[in-house]
Amino acid sequence: MLTRSDSLVTLDNAGVSRSDRWLVRGVSLTVDPGEIVTLIGPNGSGKSTTAKMALGVLAADEGTAVRRSDLSIAYVPQKLAIDWTLPLVVDRFLRLTGQVSKSAAEKAMEATDVSHLAKEEVRTLSGGEFQRVLLARAIARQPDLLVLDEPVQGVDFTGEIALYDLIKQIRDDLNCGILLISHDLHVVMAATDRVICLNGHVCCSGTPTAVASSAEYKALFGARAASALAVYEHSHDHIHLPDGRVQHADGSITDHCHPDDGHHHPSEESRDHAG
Amino acid sequence: MMATITRRKKAVIMLDDFFTRAILAGVGVALVAGPLGCFIVWRRLAYFGDTLSHAALLGVALAFLFEINITVAVFAVSAFVSIALMLLQRGATLSADALLGLLAHSALALGLVVLAFMTWVRIDLMGFLFGDILAVSKTDLVVIWLGGAAVLGVLALIWRPLFAATVNRELAEAEGMRPDRANVVFMLLMAAVIAISMKIVGVLLITAMLIIPAAAARRVATGPEQMAILAAAIGAAAVIGGLFGSLEWDTPSGPSIVVAALALFLLSLVRFPRLASSRVVAKTIATDAHKEGLKP
Repeated sequence: MLTRSDSLVTLDNAGVSRSDRWLVRGVSLTVDPGEIVTLIGPNGSGKSTTAKMALGVLAADEGTAVRRSDLSIAYVPQKLAIDWTLPLVVDRFLRLTGQVSKSAAEKAMEATDVSHLAKEEVRTLSGGEFQRVLLARAIARQPDLLVLDEPVQGVDFTGEIALYDLIKQIRDDLNCGILLISHDLHVVMAATDRVICLNGHVCCSGTPTAVASSAEYKALFGARAASALAVYEHSHDHIHLPDGRVQHADGSITDHCHPDDGHHHPSEESRDHAG
Repeated sequence: MMATITRRKKAVIMLDDFFTRAILAGVGVALVAGPLGCFIVWRRLAYFGDTLSHAALLGVALAFLFEINITVAVFAVSAFVSIALMLLQRGATLSADALLGLLAHSALALGLVVLAFMTWVRIDLMGFLFGDILAVSKTDLVVIWLGGAAVLGVLALIWRPLFAATVNRELAEAEGMRPDRANVVFMLLMAAVIAISMKIVGVLLITAMLIIPAAAARRVATGPEQMAILAAAIGAAAVIGGLFGSLEWDTPSGPSIVVAALALFLLSLVRFPRLASSRVVAKTIATDAHKEGLKP
């Protein structure tokens, strides 16, 4: 599996150490075009470090990290502070690391619902707005590989689901490989092809359902986490269509989610209006 | 044909005038210092600029010691100091500002000590500390404009990676911008600017030419490229204003330029109430319209 040549990025038994301590070790993973790979694990389990190895920001002290040549990468880092001395509007920020066509920029801003912020200075945005602008910047690059480090920080629960739907949409549109990092086990699963559970090493990996039912996963996160996953799978029995209507599991289409479904988050109602 | 010759003659005569040379030299330096100064402001490197210019005096001393060109020696010492700083930061046991202070003042002190040892050398120390723009020669002019054009050319080449690295190093690295290479080139450009501008404003005031025009431009600029161009223009205006001021009131030229730059910065602080309020109103309307548009 690790020798497949069409993989975007391949980590083989890779690890990073800092002052005699291994931040993460023995990680083997691949991301293929059109595949969403999710890294989960508790704080300090080496998720970001692993992603940085895959990106080439950190060199592997052990093992190898190989990216396909002339790979176009987009990265949404976990934290990004824009210095207030920088005069930087959203529009220019989208072109930070490469030229982006006007239509690609507009499409990306529409997808993340930030078109109205195009001329705003980046430092004046709220946390949630900035998160969506970061995502828009990544999409506008039309990358082969998209690396998202905790892209849902500061986004509320319904926003989170919408964001994961969007990530799935990006994968379908661009057929890019996506490496997704999350400490949030509730909602990442539905769109993910493969989950890699880290805790300083690869603790278990496989399809979301296989990982959720594995003994290692339950040992790491507890049975409650596994049940949370089950709840999410149930809750996502309907699809939000682009025009704002809702398609249910049985194929019926309504203007809103059924209020008696019993799984709605209170704020979802207002989101439906907004969408 | 005749007309061209006379015009050329006129230009040559103009260059014979020390004041014209001073203005040309100052404007040349300002056009380069403005864009580089923006990076100094964005990256919070004001103290770094100070360190390099302090180290320039050591370059002057070494130039006299080894009888080499002053500009070359200053460039070499500044480049050495910036690389040393980078390496020291890697094995960091001291904070960046402590390291900068250490390098700045040891280089300055070292320069003064070396100069004192060379009893056979009589130099005008004040000229190096505060600049001697009125003594600019035609050769200096060539060095400033050719060197300045080279610096701006290289800066344009590394602009995108350097700016991306200024926003976020890891992001730039991940997306193939090679920020470390851009950073090293930037440090060398800084060393070059110090070397060519030392004679104009002097080692103690170079940082002012880097920072003040950029700071003034920040108030009005909406984009990084715009801020760089504005900073260059403001710097050039400060040079012209400062030199005419120094001619008028018989004040030292280097400090007069800095004072003129300060005046322009203070002007940029002035709020133009009508302009500001109309922008706020426009924004409010736009936001409201957006909210309206969202309603079903």
